[in-house]
Amino acid sequence: MAKGDPGVTTRGRRAAPRSKRATRTGGPELVQLLTPEGERIESAVGPDGTDYRVDFTDEEYRGLYRDLVLVRKLDAEATALQRQGELGLWASLLGQEAAQVGSGRALRTQDMAFPTYREHGVLYCRGIDPIMPLGLFRGVDQGGWDPNEFKFNMYTIVIGAQTLHATGYAMGVHMDGKTGTDDGEAVIAYFGDGATSQGDVNEAFVWASVFNAPLVFFCQNNQYAISEPLERQTRVPLYQRANGFGFPGVRVDGNDVLASYAVTRHALDNARLGQGPSLIEAYTYRMGAHTTSDDPTRYRIASEVEAWQAKDPIARMKAFLTKQQIADESFFAVVDEQARAESVHLRERVLAMPDPAPVTMFDHVYPHGSPELDAQRAQFTTYLESFEGSAH
Amino acid sequence: MATETLTLGKALNTGLRKALENDPKVVIMGEDVGKLGGVFRITDGLQKDFGDQRVIDTPLAESGIIGTAVGLSIRGFRPVCEIQFDGFVYPAYDQIVSQVAKMHYRSQGKVRIPMVIRIPYGGGIGAVEHHSESPEAYFAHTAGLKVVTCANPQDAYVMVQQAIASDDPVVFLEPKRRYWEKGPVDLDAPLSAAYPLHASRVVRAGTDATVLAYGPMVRTCLDAATAAAEDGRELEVIDLRSLSPLDLGPAYESVRRTGRCVVVHEAPGNLGLGSEIAARVTEECFYSLESPVLRVTGYDTPYPAARVEEEYLPDLDRVLDAVDRTFGW
Ligand SMILES: Cc1ncc(C[n+]2csc(CCOP(=O)(O)OP(=O)(O)O)c2C)c(N)n1
Ligand SMILES: [Mg+2]
Repeated sequence: MAKGDPGVTTRGRRAAPRSKRATRTGGPELVQLLTPEGERIESAVGPDGTDYRVDFTDEEYRGLYRDLVLVRKLDAEATALQRQGELGLWASLLGQEAAQVGSGRALRTQDMAFPTYREHGVLYCRGIDPIMPLGLFRGVDQGGWDPNEFKFNMYTIVIGAQTLHATGYAMGVHMDGKTGTDDGEAVIAYFGDGATSQGDVNEAFVWASVFNAPLVFFCQNNQYAISEPLERQTRVPLYQRANGFGFPGVRVDGNDVLASYAVTRHALDNARLGQGPSLIEAYTYRMGAHTTSDDPTRYRIASEVEAWQAKDPIARMKAFLTKQQIADESFFAVVDEQARAESVHLRERVLAMPDPAPVTMFDHVYPHGSPELDAQRAQFTTYLESFEGSAH
Repeated sequence: MATETLTLGKALNTGLRKALENDPKVVIMGEDVGKLGGVFRITDGLQKDFGDQRVIDTPLAESGIIGTAVGLSIRGFRPVCEIQFDGFVYPAYDQIVSQVAKMHYRSQGKVRIPMVIRIPYGGGIGAVEHHSESPEAYFAHTAGLKVVTCANPQDAYVMVQQAIASDDPVVFLEPKRRYWEKGPVDLDAPLSAAYPLHASRVVRAGTDATVLAYGPMVRTCLDAATAAAEDGRELEVIDLRSLSPLDLGPAYESVRRTGRCVVVHEAPGNLGLGSEIAARVTEECFYSLESPVLRVTGYDTPYPAARVEEEYLPDLDRVLDAVDRTFGW
């Protein structure tokens, strides 16, 4: 990992003025190890000269494929559950599987992740039961779990807020002396292209930079913030923002699971070794609606979606596995069956999720309770009891 | 006279269109307000007809929306800012309370900020967290801001135009769960002759108890009054409309007749609008009151998960329960 290498080709390009088109197509600076056609690229050089490559066993390649298929299938199941009224809302990851599986698998056990509301794939790769975030979307809870237990923070809906939390957490890792060695800890903060406009995110960049926090900013540029295209948030490729804040930035093909893995692994290892933060822009596309409440036909044309269809993260992995004879039809069938079974299992458990008892809304406002809330809870209970036996 | 039946959402859309037509300095800005027409479609079609210089999709940053609107105001524009949901106004809170609210005061009247900050607010739509909150007290507590909320399509149509025409910064709260409710809207009545922006209004006359409500709760209280009438009790319902300043004259007059007063809002009770209103009604109507002023509000918890929001939100039963209690005092 020759960080100081000049990387002449990319340097030269970086100085050149960029057109809007370069922003939209991903440009020449994209780190890619697997083409949309499923051709393997041996290694790719990042803008700072880093040489990115992966060395997976056949079993590991197949594992990545399985992850991709599974998270897509579970996601589709959640979308279906929303359509059937079983979830209030769903934010689909369709199209972003490779960015999430690649970065998620690059995490080590001791690493900590701060997701948005769309990182179901990362959650899956952390070994977390995919049912966990569904309570939030079903409306039976507020998406509460113990971030430290799962090394995965609660979903954050307020755009950008979690990047500061990740930064503070990473500062804590540093203060605890858990960086500087191969087995040190690193932190990853997920956010979208839209989020890069938020003050919080820019403040996180400043903090992480001046405190040399062991943090990877992982931006999934899926080209849209609801209806607003990337151009409404930036005039430069997002990864270049890092320069101004004083840490390295790299754009990776977010539909390429291998490259997403390679750049994330490298950035995390740098962080854990004490070399500070970096920014990864995973260049991808939101194939579906923003959420199940959204109607993307109002703001984007079908041909754009079709163009991205050709860059599908799963299709290219499948093509690669087939061409290299790493996997065959029987393997793909087994994976499909596993995905189907897991999604059925997920569905059954969603349907079985009980509604919370209304009185639980008074719980956990404060660690040690509050006399006022105790009184309100008691009043509420009496009030509810007054309806018992009535036709209410 | 063109009276049409519109949803509250469409009435707002029509009012915004009128404001854009009438004053070239009016600009609309916010997240997804352009091509998409806003996530609730309140700005639907406006960018198409007025162009992207007047209906502006902004970068995703609320502090940026309000902060740049301050600059546009100083430059002579009348920005109408949309905050996508109640729970996302807080990144802009600093700009609103420290800048927007104080410019006129500190410039000794030399700077006006005729900005409107539209916020869909309140619960009842089964949403995930941050999409159902009632932040009115934070703004009503801040001197220099005006805060209003509409409860029916006619008011939505008129009040949004009045707020835009106002020289004050106005926080304009839209009861999102009522966006789809329909009512008659007189589209031709001149704004100059309209019911004043900062005035409350009796929306149902009654003799037995006074119920004060605003925004989404007006409909709830009117339903409660209908139910009470079946039991032989006549509730007077007042739509407050303006939360800062409060117009409590009609409420005092009413309470002096009925002797009973219930205030209803979705926001938590603790230091909510109801607290201020109860204090003022008590001060003004003390000798007429047969019972304390009672409040029916959200509880003092964060807004809960959607599956229990119906229990959190004041409903017809809770309003009637409070009315009953004023009689049993
Ligand atoms: C502070 C804040 N403002 C507005 C919203 C409403 N909102 C939810 S998602 C979204 C777009 C986010 O875009 P991006 O950061 O690109 O992430 P993506 O959804 O594309 O993954 C917006 C505006 C919000 N959740 N938080
Ligand atoms: Mg996006």
